Amino acid sequence: MDTISRRRFLIASGVTGGAALVAGSAAVTWSQLHESAASAPLAAGDPVLVVLTLYGGNDGLNTVIPYTDSAYHGTRPELAYAPGEVLHLDDKLGLNPAMKGFATLWQSKQLAIVRGVGYPKPDHSHFRSMDIWQTASPAAPVKTGWIGRWLDATGDDPVRAVNLGSVLPPLAVGAKTTAAALNVGKATPLPAQVTAALAGLGKDDPSDGATDAMVCAAFRAERKVAATFDKVLSGRQAAGSGSDDLTAQLDVVAKCVKAGVPTKVYAVSLDGFDTHAGEKATQQALLGDLDSALSGFLADMAKDARGRGVTVLVYSEFGRRVTANASQGTDHGTAGPVFLAGVPVKGGFYGDQPSLTDLDNGDLKSNVDFRAVYGELVHKVLGGDPHQVLDSVPHELGFINA
Amino acid sequence: MPSQWESAARLVRRTGFGATGAQVDAAVQMGTAHYVSSMLAADPGADRGAKATPMPRFPAINYGDKGAARDKTAKKALNKQRGEQLKAMTAWWLRRMIAVEQPFGEKLTFCWHNHFATSAKKVKDPGLMLGQNTKLRTLGRGDFHTLAYGMLTDAAMLRWLDGQQNTSKAPNENLAREFMELFTLGHGDAYTEADVREGARALTGWRANLDGTTAFRANLHDNGSKTVLGVTGNLDAASFCNAALAVPGAARYLATRMWGQLVSDTPPSAAVLDRLVSAYAAKRDVSAMLAAMFTAPEFDAAHGSIVVTPVEWLVGVVRALRVPVKTDGDAIQLIRVLMGLGQIPFYPPSVAGWPSGQAWLSTAAVDLRLQTATALASAGDLSALDGSAPSRVDAVAHLLGIGSWSARSSAVLRAAASDPKRLVALAVNTPEYLTN
Repeated sequence: MDTISRRRFLIASGVTGGAALVAGSAAVTWSQLHESAASAPLAAGDPVLVVLTLYGGNDGLNTVIPYTDSAYHGTRPELAYAPGEVLHLDDKLGLNPAMKGFATLWQSKQLAIVRGVGYPKPDHSHFRSMDIWQTASPAAPVKTGWIGRWLDATGDDPVRAVNLGSVLPPLAVGAKTTAAALNVGKATPLPAQVTAALAGLGKDDPSDGATDAMVCAAFRAERKVAATFDKVLSGRQAAGSGSDDLTAQLDVVAKCVKAGVPTKVYAVSLDGFDTHAGEKATQQALLGDLDSALSGFLADMAKDARGRGVTVLVYSEFGRRVTANASQGTDHGTAGPVFLAGVPVKGGFYGDQPSLTDLDNGDLKSNVDFRAVYGELVHKVLGGDPHQVLDSVPHELGFINA
Repeated sequence: MPSQWESAARLVRRTGFGATGAQVDAAVQMGTAHYVSSMLAADPGADRGAKATPMPRFPAINYGDKGAARDKTAKKALNKQRGEQLKAMTAWWLRRMIAVEQPFGEKLTFCWHNHFATSAKKVKDPGLMLGQNTKLRTLGRGDFHTLAYGMLTDAAMLRWLDGQQNTSKAPNENLAREFMELFTLGHGDAYTEADVREGARALTGWRANLDGTTAFRANLHDNGSKTVLGVTGNLDAASFCNAALAVPGAARYLATRMWGQLVSDTPPSAAVLDRLVSAYAAKRDVSAMLAAMFTAPEFDAAHGSIVVTPVEWLVGVVRALRVPVKTDGDAIQLIRVLMGLGQIPFYPPSVAGWPSGQAWLSTAAVDLRLQTATALASAGDLSALDGSAPSRVDAVAHLLGIGSWSARSSAVLRAAASDPKRLVALAVNTPEYLTN
């Protein structure tokens, strides 16, 4: 599918800053970073979680590929990868050819692949399914996300979780506290008179309704975020990148982590995985973007004392139907693989590979409840109590080194 | 009890993009009931501002033979041409929203765009996007069946939700599912997975032509018997549409979604919903439903119940301050702001449309809005604030169609009153202006 990406549209249309493209990288020195880290910096090795959401429903079977399974080749002949094309993980499963960096992480035992992850009574709606993954509430819709509830349970400092991009995803919204957000492009600090006024506008007023109170809370959080991040990120160039550029998002995360910003969770995303038609080339290109952005980031993190505490979670709202449709694509499915990567991760497979023949109405059966993944991350990476965040806490899988 | 002026201001702001004191004064003088009926009766195309910003027409891009290999340079040139057209298309709608005298026509079109959310990111063809935009504008206030069927067979929609690929031999479920889940019935118990699969069969056979029209190809249609939502027969797109709209909850779903866009993040009470549904009635009259919505006592009861979206905010500020936006280049500057805030017309993030409420209130958005407001205040017409500094706090409320400031905002604005530009930049960032 020759989809024109939002970024390409914006570049073609001159929406992104042209001058910034040639301005050159404005390097921030080590001393500046250390000087600007917040008063309670993250200690070296303190665990940090990066949540990477793949929007659109990534086709898990063409990501972690059962290349020897005749049912795989039989049900999607046009879409299937030949055994020689895939990057072998063992004698049954291999990675999509675009995921060379993931394969290297696997070799170095820093990539965990949880197979067949899903939730009870799978829903084929993108929106409901993504909502379920982000709120961790499969039974009924709720207004808070799983990271938002962790924020609620552990204080009121908004910088503990940061979303890259100005539009907050549901996972980042709590009942009392909401994650901070950073613009991925160039940041210009506000003039002093304006920031002083902003502090005034953040005060509650007796006439406020619930919506006014939300606005005021955002103003107060903005002041805190500015105090924490402005110096760390000053001089950052826009580089013509929108918030949909994963490399740019992870670049900001890397700067913050290295500077010791006391943020425990970063949320980043990559969009475009809804491949009902002409899937193979589109998905492979997207997985290539994911692979280069993530492996570059993790290589950078592995060289840094604080970066070695970073664990990345990669998930999508569902996998896709086993059998291809006739548009060389796949329709909405169910279970899919979840990735965990980074120095703290104990590499290897977790969960069983779903059968391609024992199906639920054409869909894979899930073997692992997604809350098993979240629970272990809340416990071992965030140091929180999973019972305060999740309605059901399955046994941990053990993908984080003790 | 809100004052008459405050009530009128709320109505004008919710049915437009921001407001000005002069507009609110006019609505008060007219009486809000008359304001609503004349707004609903007006032809959006007859508006003087609309006439001054005619929809662009683009020469078709010649992609040549599909099978023929095209060289890289030619492909690049075509992509560039397409990029330019998409830019001009987006700039045009923004300029139209800014230029219209009565903004309701464009506001409602934007609401329908969010309801039947279709993105140029996948459709890629500005001609198809503008064709859909015209349908949303012209069909958006009549009977909902015509609009819904128009969307089901719309060229941009077919391309967006893979209707193009949906054939008797290979049904593609995308359009059938989203039509029920998002456009007509809502997610839940109203339909089953079997309805989705059978619905896809009913929709087979529609194709978009290169000129933006669509055609039904009988040879691609599945002529077998299907059962959708309890209706059985050789169903096609029209009977699928009928079956969906005949589901008892369909009217409630539509009323709730429009309420969510125009009035409040909190769903309407059962009593209000009953009133909206009975106005809509068997004729599926959208205008009657909207009139009932705008004149309901509950419409006026809760102040600040909805977070203003980035497009409403930006277009509202530009309109109130009469910031000159003469060219596409000017509009591109504004699109850059909307990109940062996460809401570009013609580019909704998914078929569910844009998020709402809390999603627009991130700390990053706070910064962007303040920086933007500072720039717009410098470019705008602040002559309404020519009076003495103490009078400016009330004057800026009138300029922006705000009924009254809270004690909190009043204190902040009084401190900034010596500098009209800063005063305006802050006023459009108060909780009063960011909610409605």
